[in-house]
Amino acid sequence: MGQHFEDIFLPLLDAAYSLARLIARDAAAADDIVQESYLRAFRSFDSYRGGDARSWLLAIVRNCSYDWSKSRRRGAEDPQADPEELADAGQHGPEDSAVRSSEIEQVRRLIRRLPEPFQQTLILRELEELSYREIAQVMGAPVGTVMSRLARARQMLAEGLGVVQ
Amino acid sequence: MSACADKVLLLHGLLDGELDAAHSLACEAHLRECAECASELERMRTLRERVRSATRLQAPEHLRRRITTALSEARSKSEAPPRKAGRERIWRFAPWAFGGSMAAVAAAFAFALLVRLPERNLAGELVASHVRSLLATHLTDVATSDRHVVKPWFAGKLDFSPPVIDLAEQGFPLRGGRLDYVRGRVVAALIYRHHQHTINLFVWPAGADDTGGTGAAHRDGYNLLHWRQGSLQLWAVSDVEAGELQQLRAALESGAGG
Repeated sequence: MGQHFEDIFLPLLDAAYSLARLIARDAAAADDIVQESYLRAFRSFDSYRGGDARSWLLAIVRNCSYDWSKSRRRGAEDPQADPEELADAGQHGPEDSAVRSSEIEQVRRLIRRLPEPFQQTLILRELEELSYREIAQVMGAPVGTVMSRLARARQMLAEGLGVVQ
Repeated sequence: MSACADKVLLLHGLLDGELDAAHSLACEAHLRECAECASELERMRTLRERVRSATRLQAPEHLRRRITTALSEARSKSEAPPRKAGRERIWRFAPWAFGGSMAAVAAAFAFALLVRLPERNLAGELVASHVRSLLATHLTDVATSDRHVVKPWFAGKLDFSPPVIDLAEQGFPLRGGRLDYVRGRVVAALIYRHHQHTINLFVWPAGADDTGGTGAAHRDGYNLLHWRQGSLQLWAVSDVEAGELQQLRAALESGAGG
């Protein structure tokens, strides 16, 4: 507990933001969600036992994000590509930003269109980087189910991207 | 896609670094011989990179400042909050962290060991799988009593063909099917109801691990019945009476024969 909250959790800001942004889509909403998550984490810091800070924080971000999506986005259709989002992602990338943007946009859109359990499993694996066992705990599902959902989710993405064998 | 149906989950396990040493070696040996599986693995590896590069963003600088400010405000407001005993705080946190009942978490945890401990007792594994299917709101992948739906659903996912028969007339209505993972392989689970009880019927090809013949077992309050039908082995698991599992078996065998 001696370690400062900010020292542990601010380095995770990119991961937290990526997660909120993927689930909530909207940039302003993602900012709010991430801030709220950090405040919740701060208030619950006593219950943080020095385990994996990343999965602890991201569990909070994930729940805030889904809560937000459920309350505000019910029935809303997939919006057009969000230019800011693409710009954020482009910061990592090379110069060919037009090609890269459409690739990023396509992947993100496909992930968002996955049926919920598949989308969640994929997010827990690829963004939160949880193990199968941890994903099973979060979802309250057997590891076998996690494995088959993850395989199916990837398969659906591959099909959507046209990279079928 | 022509990767071997029974290897697909293993390929993902390998990709995710989730296999134990024995499974990794077996999987890698298979990849040396099977070009389809090797290219499927490569395809999934590339896909994962695309997913990662499309989803990993940098937080904007204004957000970082906003959070730093919000945290220091929160800290000054709470100035040295009295440290209460842990319980209240733990519960405040727990629902976010787990999102499910503790029982489900415990059950999932118990099962999670399976990936790494393939030699666990089979009866125990099947009972655990049965219990999980009841806890985890994941009883069925395909929920229908129509065997003409269930059977083709399995067709693309398994390298064998489980017997799918609705036995409603005999008192065992078919409720659906599911893929499960037992003994390091994908198996078919058929779900039957009997009065208010659920029966999981696990089916996979009889192999070297088959205990042979027919057997009944009782474990942790559940009854198991094991028998062979052609080249398949079947395990029924439920909290119904042992005699009722025998009835199910008789009904299945006469259904399969007729």
